[in-house]
Order: sequence, then structure tokens, then C-alpha cells
Amino acid sequence: MTDDHFEVAAMGVPGAMPIGPNQPDSADQIDPPGSRTPDGRPEAGVSGRSERIGDKVFKALAAGSGGLLLVVMAAIAIFLIWKAIPAFTGNSGNLFTTQTWNPQGSPPVFGMAAVFFGTVVAAFIAMIIAVPIAIGIALFISHYASRRAATALGATVDLLAAVPSLVFGMWGLYFLIPQTQGFQQWLSEYFGWIPIFDNPTATSAGQFGKSLLIAGFVLAIMIIPIVSAVCREVFLQVPQETVDAAWALGATKWEMIRTAVLPFGRAGMISAAMLGLGRALGETIAVALVLNSGFRINWHLTEPGGDTFASTIALKFGEASGSPVAIAALIAAGLFLFLITLAVNSIARIVIARRKEFTA
Amino acid sequence: MSRPSTATTAARTPGVSNKKSDLIGARLPKWAPYGAGVGAVVLALGLRSLLDWTGWYTAFFTAAVLFIVILTAWSFSVEGRRRAKDRFATTLVCSSFVAAIVPLVLILGYIGIKGISVFSADFFLKSMNGVTSRQDGGGLYHALVGTLELVLIAAVIALPIGILTAIYLVEYGRGKFAKAVTFFVDVMTGVPSIVAGLFVYTFLLLGFGMRPFGAAGAIALAILMVPVSVRASEEMLKLVPRDLREASYALGVPKWRTIVKVVLPTAMSGLITSSLLAIARVAGETAPLILLVGYTARINFNPFSGDQATLPMMVWDQLGKRSGTTSNDLTEARAWGAALTLVLLVLILNVGARLLARLARPKTS
Repeated sequence: MTDDHFEVAAMGVPGAMPIGPNQPDSADQIDPPGSRTPDGRPEAGVSGRSERIGDKVFKALAAGSGGLLLVVMAAIAIFLIWKAIPAFTGNSGNLFTTQTWNPQGSPPVFGMAAVFFGTVVAAFIAMIIAVPIAIGIALFISHYASRRAATALGATVDLLAAVPSLVFGMWGLYFLIPQTQGFQQWLSEYFGWIPIFDNPTATSAGQFGKSLLIAGFVLAIMIIPIVSAVCREVFLQVPQETVDAAWALGATKWEMIRTAVLPFGRAGMISAAMLGLGRALGETIAVALVLNSGFRINWHLTEPGGDTFASTIALKFGEASGSPVAIAALIAAGLFLFLITLAVNSIARIVIARRKEFTA
Repeated sequence: MSRPSTATTAARTPGVSNKKSDLIGARLPKWAPYGAGVGAVVLALGLRSLLDWTGWYTAFFTAAVLFIVILTAWSFSVEGRRRAKDRFATTLVCSSFVAAIVPLVLILGYIGIKGISVFSADFFLKSMNGVTSRQDGGGLYHALVGTLELVLIAAVIALPIGILTAIYLVEYGRGKFAKAVTFFVDVMTGVPSIVAGLFVYTFLLLGFGMRPFGAAGAIALAILMVPVSVRASEEMLKLVPRDLREASYALGVPKWRTIVKVVLPTAMSGLITSSLLAIARVAGETAPLILLVGYTARINFNPFSGDQATLPMMVWDQLGKRSGTTSNDLTEARAWGAALTLVLLVLILNVGARLLARLARPKTS
């Protein structure tokens, strides 16, 4: 028994060299395609002339489309930077610290401060609400529900992940905002001593509504399916041995989950949360529907008003067309959003990749 | 010493559950959660009438909190700390499930009820051309045409690239380049749709000075579709047994013929499923279309010139035209109708893809 045996077998794995000589042997060269086997049947489709040029062309095609993706990613960055240049030069405000958004004015004054604040806060609220609930759902499906129920529930969650964001936005606008005005007033009234829950301007329930808090709620509901879908996949991969070991040591179900499932799934949960964060940061239409533009940093989260990068681009696009600086300002907002989501997603992927190396 | 076997296993073993064993510690009765639930609801209703709460939401949430408190405290006093923790965790997990799935299903129910009222044959066969916001009638035919055309063009662009990239990653992918491709496919999954739209806007519309047209939106959708397609196709190709490839190589078949004649046919149903899911993922995108396609109330069959209507943009347009007063519900009803059509389209694609995957599964295994 040598390792040779396994090496030969390993050569058959995808990506390795196929077993056999690299040059087509004589038998292959004699048979032209479409010829007949000795008993008169036409040759099966699989055999035929082995044309190594075909291999090269096919590999180039496959690798080329992979390369095309890299080119597209690079092109996104280059074009956004290039077309955003007028926003950096033609702006009388400070791009980073100005809160107002008036790129059509003369001189144009705009900055990303308020937009950045709104984006981060709405996404942060969404994360606080969505991640624990999504992990709960994932645990429920993977370890509490019966197998039959788990399949059905998993499919339901996957379906919900596919519902267009526009629909969530409409629901937020027509159902959630009217129904939560009382709740927001209650928060402001009884927890107003915490500044973020205070709404100093509103005097009646009707004046509560399109606030960053609600935007965070809507985003949370939107990202719950995707976060829980990823967590569920990870939780289902927990090695049965670890689970059994926990049971054998006399753990209760929660102790089993805490000692076996959650440590195994930590990297997966982090990356799921980051994926959700990426979604929440870049969500456009739902946020645009449930937020009122204000363009100022406002820590009173129950007070109506707030903007995110994506919603600003969607809402201000119509009035910006025709003014080069205004368009450039929106492109600059898109560039910021792109860079932020790029960073968030890269971190998520690196966490997963490190985990993979660790387990492998 | 409480022997830690769960309540279910104790119940399943005949004879053990009837006799009180000294190996099993004190337990709450089986009806404990129901009892705690009833107690919590009664208490919450009592509080509601005592404190004059108006809405039902407060009472509901109070009942939920009371349920958790009662059950955990009861369990703590009878069963001890560990079991109480376990019950607490179980309750939290189950309630988080209810707290999230119920609203999500309610959203679908809400949109169904709101949207179905406007459905009629005319709604699907007429456009909005010449229909003002105060007028009855009109339909989404123009938007349906646009959405189907855009999604089709996007699929024609994205799916071959996506599947070829997946083939590269599964069959050839070794070394730094493949790692870079994998990484950027993952990162590309997270590119916000509005950024993809802005990119195509800077590239096509600003770069070449074009007017908005349908296919520009389709390109943005394709950019969003490619990474989804790559990821899903990759999973499907990985499912093809290694033995099949090895058998083919052993017969002296070149690699590319092996892929085309053995790997792809075996994975075909999976690839179709993943493609349908990728299509469903982008069909409801709105943000890039705002920048790239514009909106028109007229029917425009040509995706290569002129504004085109799409379902999401029709919803956006109708929502923008609503007057804000309840007396004018016509635009809202049409918006809900279009949104419901969009949801149905996406759900049909999803369910179809999953059914196909289920039907095809026994053949491959």
C-alpha cells in the first residue's frame, strides 16, 4: 500500500489532470466523429475525437467569464469615482461634514454627514432587532421543529426572502406606520429621558410616523429571512457527534445549543449578520417609502425625518437630472455606499474563509 | 441528582413515565406551558381593563412577556435553575419564530387583500395610457410587458456568464485567480441594486449620452443576477458525483466534452432551478429602474429605445401620484394590484423552481 494509489485516484477530481495520457492515442485518431462502432451502431455522443484545442477554448471561455466579473467590479469602482469628481471639486460645503443637500443651488452645498448618519443608524436598528430574532428562527427550524415542519418552515422563510423590497416598503407605509404611531408616542412619553426615544416636536400621535426607528423596523423585517436562512444552513451542519456528546453529558436542550451549536455556528452567524447589514445599508425603495427627507443629523429617532445613501439617490434623482454637479453628488453618494457595503461584505467573507480553513 | 433526559424521551419509554423515578427530578406537569399561557392572557386582560389600555397590541405584548415570566419563574421554583434556563430559551426561540414569521405572512396576506380588489381582465389587458389618477380603469399590461422583456434580456446576458463562471470555479478553479473570482462573486452579491443602477447610468447613459431605455435596466439587473446565478449553479455542479467525471476521463474523453456531455446534463435540472431563482431575485428590483428605464404609461414593446414601464416602476409611479387624501383611492388600488402581480410573479418563479428541484431529485441520486 503506497500513497500512489490515492494520488492516481485524486487525478480524477475536477481541476486535476484527467487520468490517461495527454496525447490522444491512435484509436482516437483513427475514428473520425460520427463514425460507426464495429457492430454498426453510430458512435455515442461522449466519445469521438479528443480535440485538445476544444479544452483550451472551453477553459478560456469559462475563465473569461470569471474574469469578466472582476472587470465589472473594477469598472463599477472606476466609473463611480470618475463621474463623482465634479462632486469633490464643485462643492462649497464639506463633503464629509456638511449636512444640507442642495447641489442645485449656486453655489452648490451638500455633504454626506446626515445621509451617512441615517444609513448607519437605520441599518444598526435593523441589526439589533433582526439578528437575535433570525438566530431564534434558525434555531427553531434546525433544532426545535420536527423534521417535516422544519422543511416546510425553511421553504417559507426562503420564499419570504424573495419578496421584493418594494412590497415591504408599501406595507411599512400603509400598515406599520399608522399602527405604530401610538407605540412611538408611548416610547417618547415614557422613555423620553433617553434622548434617542424623545420626540420634542410632536404633540399628538398623528405627528409620529416616518422616523428612522420605523425605517429600522422595516429593514429588520426585510433582512430576517436572509439572515435566518444563512444561520439555518450553518446550524444544520453542526456535527452530530458534538451534539450527541452534549446530550451524553446530560445537557439540557439549551445547554446543548449553547455548548455545541452556537460555538460551531459563530462564524456563520457573524457572516450572516454582515450579509444582512449589507442588505440593510443598500436597501433603497423600502426606505425611500417610509422616510421623510430631512438632511440633518437628528438623534431623536422617533422624530420623523432621515435619509440614507440609497434613498437619497432614488428620491433626488428626478430633480438632479440636468445639473451635472447634482448628478455627480448622487454618484458620490453611490460611491460611498459602494465602498461601505464592499467593506462590510469583504469582512463577512474573510470571517467565513478563516473559519473554513480552520475546520478543514 | 436529576438525570438529564428530556421530557420527550421519558414519555416515549413505556413504563418509565408512569412510575415516579427517583432518577428524574421534579418536573412541571405537561400542561404547564398552556397553563402559564392562559394565566398570562387572563392577567393581561385584567390589566387592560384596570389601566384602561385602548389598543390590543399592548395587551398582547403584556401577555407575551407575562407568559415568559410566569413559566420561567414556575419552572425555577419547581425544576431548578438549569431547567428554568432551558424553558426560558425554548420560549424565546419559539416566540422569536412567531414574532417574525407571523408578520411576514401577514404582509403577504395584507397585500393579497389590498391587491385582489382591483384584479380584473381589463387590469391585465390594458395600459395606463390616458388614465388620470382620478379615473377608474387602466391596467398593468404595459408594465407586465416591460418587466418580462427586461427580465428576459437580463437572463440572456447573465445566465451564460453565471453558469460558465460556476463551471470554471468547480471544474478548473485552482490558484489565485479562482480565489479572487470566488471572493468577488461573494462581494458582488452584496452590491446594492442602486449602485449597480448608478454604474450603468454613468457608463451607458452619461458615457454615451443616451436617453433611458429598457435594455439599460436589463444590464443593471444582469449585474445583480450574475453572482446569484454563479453561487447557485456552483452548488448544483458540486452535486454531480465525481465518479461520473472519472468514468468519462477513463474512457479518454477530453475534459470539455466531459463537462458538456456528462456534467451539465446531470446537473441540468439543478441549473434550471438556480436560474429561475436568480431570475426571481431580480424581477422585483426597483431601484436601478428608476435611474435607467424611466416610466411611461404607454405600451412600448421595444426595450432598446424609449422609456419603458415595469411593474415596480408602475407601483412607484402610482404611489407618487396618490393625493394623500382617502377620497382618492384609485391610484393606491392600482399600486397594490401591480405589487400583488409582482409578488405573484416572483412567488410563482420560486415555487416553480423548487418544485422542479424536488421532481428532478430522485433521478440524479
